[in-house]
Amino acid sequence: MPAMTYRDALRQALDDAMTEDKTIVVIGEEVGRYGGAYGVTKDLIKVHGPERLIDTPISEPAIIGTAVGAAMTGLRPVAELMYIDFLGMTMDQLANQAAKIRYMFGGQIGVPMVLRTQGGTGRSAGAQHSQSLEAWIMHTPGLRLAMPATVADAYHLLRQSLTKPDPVVFIEHKALYTRKEEVDLSDDPLPWGKAAVRRQGDDLVIVTYSRQVIYALEAAEALAKKGIEATVIDLRTLNPLDFETIRTHVERVGKAMVVSEGVMTSGVAAELCARISEECFDFLEQPVIRVAGEDIPISVSQELEAGSVPSARIIAEVAERLMA
Amino acid sequence: MTLTANSHLAELYRTMRRIRTFEERVGELFVRGQSAGSMLHLSIGEESSAAGVCAEMKPQDSFTTHHRGHGIFLARGADPKRMMAEIGGKESGYCHGKGGSMHIADMALGHLGANAIVGGGIPAVVGAGLSSKYLKQDSVSVAFFGDGAMQQGILYESMNMAALWGLPVLFVCINNQYGMGTRIDQATRNTAFDQRARAFGLNGVVVNGLDVEEVRDAARWLIDEARAGKPGFLSVEVYRFFGHARMDKSPYRAEAEETEGRKKDPVLFARAKLIESGLESEAALDALDREIAAEMDATIDFTVESQAPALSSMFRDVYAVGEPEPESVRARIDRVLAREIV
Repeated sequence: MPAMTYRDALRQALDDAMTEDKTIVVIGEEVGRYGGAYGVTKDLIKVHGPERLIDTPISEPAIIGTAVGAAMTGLRPVAELMYIDFLGMTMDQLANQAAKIRYMFGGQIGVPMVLRTQGGTGRSAGAQHSQSLEAWIMHTPGLRLAMPATVADAYHLLRQSLTKPDPVVFIEHKALYTRKEEVDLSDDPLPWGKAAVRRQGDDLVIVTYSRQVIYALEAAEALAKKGIEATVIDLRTLNPLDFETIRTHVERVGKAMVVSEGVMTSGVAAELCARISEECFDFLEQPVIRVAGEDIPISVSQELEAGSVPSARIIAEVAERLMA
Repeated sequence: MTLTANSHLAELYRTMRRIRTFEERVGELFVRGQSAGSMLHLSIGEESSAAGVCAEMKPQDSFTTHHRGHGIFLARGADPKRMMAEIGGKESGYCHGKGGSMHIADMALGHLGANAIVGGGIPAVVGAGLSSKYLKQDSVSVAFFGDGAMQQGILYESMNMAALWGLPVLFVCINNQYGMGTRIDQATRNTAFDQRARAFGLNGVVVNGLDVEEVRDAARWLIDEARAGKPGFLSVEVYRFFGHARMDKSPYRAEAEETEGRKKDPVLFARAKLIESGLESEAALDALDREIAAEMDATIDFTVESQAPALSSMFRDVYAVGEPEPESVRARIDRVLAREIV
């Protein structure tokens, strides 16, 4: 099988989708001539032309607002928000407009757009370029939320997002762009909204998504050497949320840990932890543990940055204590 | 009834009178306790902007409005019964009671939505303009908003992008002099709004909203230009006759100012013009007004008699039909508490 990077898989997904569906246009800062701040749209302008790879001024609210209007009038726009940290600039257009239009208008019309963005730590990019703000999205009814961890999912989840009738926020992880895996993109993908069980073990369940899936699998390998077998669930999409897969494995195993790079308080891990505690109460042998980002801004210092979010080492340590 | 003269002005008068009377009935619905909430922003005094611009729009054109947009939708051809029912939060309304006054929309008439966020609906017309250009729809998209939005950044981002890409878009500011309780000169130093549009490379026109024919003429030129790829901006200067919303008695305005402002009445101006020019008789216009009054009275009866939406419809339309739906909180609680203890 050929090896491919996460970045190339995303580009391939856009390229293939744009070839099949002529209503797809990409709108955003530096998406055309420059090829995207992280190179995801590199050279797509040569294939699909400047009328479909639309470079914009630095106007995040109007970029998302334009995508909303275009999605309501016959196009399927992919709006690129260069960093998820810029959500604050455009939250009105996303949360008050895109997310609510179908509902407010009584189901007359939807907003079939994809907001592509990237988040997370790993590049010493500082407090305004490193956040994990998926909880803001998950807290907003009307928005779907996909967060691929693997190269294959980078491709398939983006392709699937580009067929959805409702707005999808698609959050890539900046530290994964150069990650390489052997993939066959012609394999059948998992259905949209279905979690993947990346590893199966009988001692504890680690529920996570995005880059923390990679860390959780590393941790699981280290734990296996000590005789602890972990199940690792990659949620893939946070909305829709495949709680049934979580339930099945938590009820089977009885111990669970939720891992998220976002800050802990009122975060995605908090929601997952609450649901597991409510719904699997009788099966739990220990409290459900959250391993999440510290409740602080991200620092530029590599030491402080890495220390403020979960890692394979921390996940393994906590798992061992949970098993003790 | 049919007006004797088939003049454009008579049609514009009819549109404006229908808006005026509809808005008066909205006020009555509120007083009778039948409106859903008090978020009712009337456009009395501003009818010329809706009538004049919408008269120049083609069937394929689209538009967004603001929180004071009843008149625009009506001028575009909306059914006043379904509008009133929506304002009353009823199932028979345009959005089945989920949108109300500030979120009314109708795709059949190209109404991409009213908006309760000042300036929130503006960039959508840039997107509609992009679709029009890319899909060769020959449509113009018009954003209607108030002078309050003239101080929102997204307007300038949108103007800039529309001009940069040569999109068929028109921005229409209905300058009624007040953003809620703040008079326009208390909100900005330079009130010559057309200058702002021209600075971005758009056509920019300011027109006195007293005369609906002036509004229509300005809109005709701007829309023709927009359709050919040069976006425009129109500011219609009017006076908001009443408070910001139904509960607002506008204590921040002097009575003398209101009395003077209400003299700038586009409905009465058009009526006088029709009679003076000999196009219509006073009796014919009186008969028309009575006919409109009866039409709008019926909107209240329709609303009062309409059903509230079923509670179960609450979970519908968050996502498309057939997509995973949100689970109700109560259903989840019931499931958790009804669990079998193992």
